[in-house]
Amino acid sequence: MLNYILRKLALLVPTIIGISICAFAFVRVLPGDPILAMAGQHGVTPERYEILREQFGYNLPIWQQYFNYLGSVLRGDFGISLATKRPVLTEFMALFPATVELALCALLFAVAIGIPAGIFAAVKRGSWFDQLTMGVALTGYSMPIFWWGLLLIIFFSGYLGWTPVSGRIALSFFLRPITGFMLVDSLLYGNWAAFVSALRHLILPAIVLGTIPLAVIARQTRSAMLEVLGEDYVRTARAKGMAPGRVVNVHALRNALIPVVTTIGLQVGLLMGGAILTETIFTWPGIGKWMIDSIFKRDYVVVQSGLLIIALIVMAVNLIVDLLYALINPRIRVQ
Amino acid sequence: MSLLEIKNLTVAFDTSVGLFKAVDGIDIAVDAREVLAIVGESGSGKSVAMLATMGLLPSTATVTADVMKFEGLDLLSMSAAEKRKIIGKDIAMIFQEPIASLNPCFTVGFQIGEVLEKHLGLSGRAARQRAIELLELVGIRDAADKLRAFPHQMSGGQCQRVMIAMAISCNPKLLIADEPTTALDVTIQKQILDLLVRLQAETGMGLIMITHDMGVVAETADRVIVQYKGRKMEEADVLSLFENPQSNYTRALLSALPENAVGDRLPTVSDILFEPVPGAR
Amino acid sequence: MAQTTEPVATGTKPISGFREFWYYFSVNRGAVIGLTVFAILIVMAILAPWIAPHSPDMQYRDALLKPPMWDVNGDPRFILGTDPVGRDVLSRLIHGARYSLFIGFFVVIGALFVGVILGVLAGYFRGWVDVVIMRVMDIILAFPSLLLALVLVAILGPGLFNAMIAIAIVLQPHFARLVRAAVMAEKNREYVTAAKLSGAGHLRLMLVTILPNCLGPLIVQATLSFSNAILDAAALGFLGMGAQPPTPEWGTMLATAREFILKAPWVVTFPGLCILVTVLAINLIGDGLRDALDPKLKRS
Repeated sequence: MLNYILRKLALLVPTIIGISICAFAFVRVLPGDPILAMAGQHGVTPERYEILREQFGYNLPIWQQYFNYLGSVLRGDFGISLATKRPVLTEFMALFPATVELALCALLFAVAIGIPAGIFAAVKRGSWFDQLTMGVALTGYSMPIFWWGLLLIIFFSGYLGWTPVSGRIALSFFLRPITGFMLVDSLLYGNWAAFVSALRHLILPAIVLGTIPLAVIARQTRSAMLEVLGEDYVRTARAKGMAPGRVVNVHALRNALIPVVTTIGLQVGLLMGGAILTETIFTWPGIGKWMIDSIFKRDYVVVQSGLLIIALIVMAVNLIVDLLYALINPRIRVQ
Repeated sequence: MSLLEIKNLTVAFDTSVGLFKAVDGIDIAVDAREVLAIVGESGSGKSVAMLATMGLLPSTATVTADVMKFEGLDLLSMSAAEKRKIIGKDIAMIFQEPIASLNPCFTVGFQIGEVLEKHLGLSGRAARQRAIELLELVGIRDAADKLRAFPHQMSGGQCQRVMIAMAISCNPKLLIADEPTTALDVTIQKQILDLLVRLQAETGMGLIMITHDMGVVAETADRVIVQYKGRKMEEADVLSLFENPQSNYTRALLSALPENAVGDRLPTVSDILFEPVPGAR
Repeated sequence: MAQTTEPVATGTKPISGFREFWYYFSVNRGAVIGLTVFAILIVMAILAPWIAPHSPDMQYRDALLKPPMWDVNGDPRFILGTDPVGRDVLSRLIHGARYSLFIGFFVVIGALFVGVILGVLAGYFRGWVDVVIMRVMDIILAFPSLLLALVLVAILGPGLFNAMIAIAIVLQPHFARLVRAAVMAEKNREYVTAAKLSGAGHLRLMLVTILPNCLGPLIVQATLSFSNAILDAAALGFLGMGAQPPTPEWGTMLATAREFILKAPWVVTFPGLCILVTVLAINLIGDGLRDALDPKLKRS
C-alpha cells in the first residue's frame, strides 16, 4: 500500500512541473502587454515603462522569469492582482470557501440522491423506476447547466419568488467570516435568520451545480451494482440465507462503491469547471467567477496563479481519491 | 421419508429467443446419510435443478414441480422469509469457483460469522470460537489468523475449505456441492473430495455431488442420476451404473472415458447415442 | 427411450459483423429515437436557408421581443417569438443547428485525429515516447476542461473557430488514453506477431493491423466527445468567448438573452432546449453504440 502511494506521488512531480510551465506560458502568450494593462487608463511614459519592465523582470530571458516565478510560488508568493492590487493568495483564500461550500453542497446533493437511485434502479432493473431514473439522469447530463440555472431562476425566483437571484446571503446580514462557510458561520454566531438566508441563497446554485454529478453518479452506481449483483459471491450470500436487503446493501454495495468512489472523486474536477458557469449565473463570489472576471480584465497575474492553484487542487483531490480507493479496496490495501 | 423429494421439476428461462427449458421433468430424491451424484455434461441442467431448489435462480426463471419437499416441508409454497430460515442452515450449497464465491471486501471471519449469527444467534466471542473450530475441522491451519484474511490472500483450495466451513457451520441436513473441485488442481481436488466424504460420513448428512467427472462419481457416490439436456437419462446405484449401464447416453459417457479407450480414437457421445436399448429412461 | 430430444429454444445462427451490431443497436428504442432525431437535425441544418421562415439576421423593428405565437401578445409571423432586436427566434434556432453540428463534427474529427496518432505512438513504441506523451496528456487533464478552454480561447482570441480548436485540444487526451490502452492490449496478440513475422513495418502494423481492432471504445468516446463539444462550445458562447453575436449559435443566443430572462423567458428557453435535444439524441446514440458493441452486455 505504501508502494502504491509512493508510486502515485512520484508520477505527480513531472505533471506538477508541467502544469506550472503551462500556467506560466499561457499568460506570457495572452495578447496585450502586461505593463500597459497594469497602467490602465492613464497610460505610461516610455521611461516609466522601462522602469516597470525592469521592476517586474520582463526584460529577463523567459526561462529566468519562469524560475523566478517558481521560486516565489514555492515561497507562497503568487503575485499581486493587477485589478485589486492585493496578493493573489489572499484574494484566493477569501473567495475559495464560497466555492468549496457550493461544491460540497452540490456533491452532497448528488451523492444523497444519486447513489440510492442507482441502487434501486439496479435492483429493479427494467422496471418503470429504472427507466425513469436513467432517462432523467441522461437528460441531466445532456443539459447545458447555465441554461438549467436560468430556467430554475425563471421559475423559482421569478415566477414563485421563493429564492433570491444572486449572492450568498441577504445584504442585510453582515457576518465577519470565521470559517468562510456561510452556513457554518451563521450557526456559530447563533443567527438563525442568517442561516436560513444563506440556505435559501445556496439551494438553487447547489442543485444546478450538482445536477451533472447526480446524473453521472446515478448511472455509474446502477452499472456497478448490476455488475456486482451478477457475481458469484452475491449468490453465495443468498445461499447462506441472508435477507435481500442485506445482500444488496451490505454484500453488493460494498463492492459496487469502489468504482463509484472513483467516479465521485473525478466529479470534483468537473465541479470546478461547472462552478465557473454556476457562479456566473448566480453571481456567487467564488473562484470560478474570479477566474473568468480576471480573464476578461486581462489580470494576468491572477489568471496565471489561479490556473496553477486550481490545477494543484484538482490533482490533490485526485490523489486523495486514489488513496481512498486503495483504502476501500482490500485487494490493494492488504497484500 | 426422503430428505429431499422432487418430482417433475421443470425450469424454463425467458430468453430473447424464446422459452428455454434448462430442466425438463426431472425427479430427484435424496435420503439422509446418502451420497447422490448428478452427472452430466455442461448444459445438462444439473446445476440449474439444484439452484432452483435453493431458490437462487434469477427472476427470468420459472420453476414448476409436482413435488418439491424438504423433510416434508413444501418448498414451493413456502414464503421467501420462511425459506431463508432453511437455506444456509439445513440445506447448504457450495459452488464451483471458490475464490469468486467469497466476497472480496470482507474477511473470512466476517463471512462465517454472518451465518452463525443469522441462523444460530451466535456473536462475539462464541461466534469467533465456533468459526475457528469450523476452519480447523475443514483442515485450515492457523485458523485464528485466517479469520482476518481476505479471499484474495488465499488459494483456491483454501477458499473452498472456507466455503465448506460456512456450509456445515449450522450442521445442515443436506449439502449440495456444485462441481466443487472442477476449478482446483488435481492434488487439491482429492483433498477436497476426501474432506467432503469424511464430513458426510461423520455427520450423516445427505450429500448431492454435481459433477461432470465420472471419476468423482466412482469415488464418492452411493447413487447416481445421469442427466442430459435437462432430462434424466438414468438412475442407478453406482456399481450397477458402471457395470451395467442401461441408457445409451450413460454407455456413451463411460466409453468416452480415457480409461476405457480401446483402439486409436475415443468415441464421442453421438457415436453411441442412437443405438436403441430397450426399456431405458 | 434414451433418444435425445432437442431443447425447446431453436438456436439462432450467430449473425456476425455489422448485421449483429445493427441488430443489437436497433433493439434499443432510445438509440433508434436518438438516431432519428439526429438525422432530422442534420437535414434541418443542411436545408436551413430553405426551411427557416425568415433570415436569421433580419431585424424587425416593429416586433421587438415578441412572445411565441400561442401567447396573447404573439405575432403569427414569428412562431417562437422574437429576440430583443426583433429577429425571429425559430429561424435563428434552425440556423443554429448548422453551427452546433459543425462544431461537433469538427471538434471530434480534430480530437480523434490528434488523439489517435498520439495514442498509437505511445502505445506502440512505449518507452520514453510513451512517458512524454502521457505526461503531456496528464497535464492537459489536470486543468478543469472548461477553464483550460477559456484560457486557450483568451490566448487565441474569442471566436467560434478558436473555440473549436480550444475544445478539440481539451478533449483529445481522452482519445489518446483510450487508444493507447487498446493498442497496448492488442500489441501482444498473436495476429500482430504473425503480421510482424510476415515483414510488416511499423507504420503498417500500427495503422492497418492493430488500429482497426480498437475501434469499439473509440466510437463510443467519439459520441461522448461530440456532445461535450456542443455543450462546451455553447458554454464558451454563453460566456462571450465562443461564437460572437450576431452569430445564431445556441449558446451565444443564451448570452444575449440573459438580461431578459424574467421579462421574456422564451428567448432563453428555446435555445437551451435545442441544445438539450441535440445532446440527448447523441447521448442516446452513444449509449446504444456502447451496448451494441460491448460483448459482455449481450443479452442471453
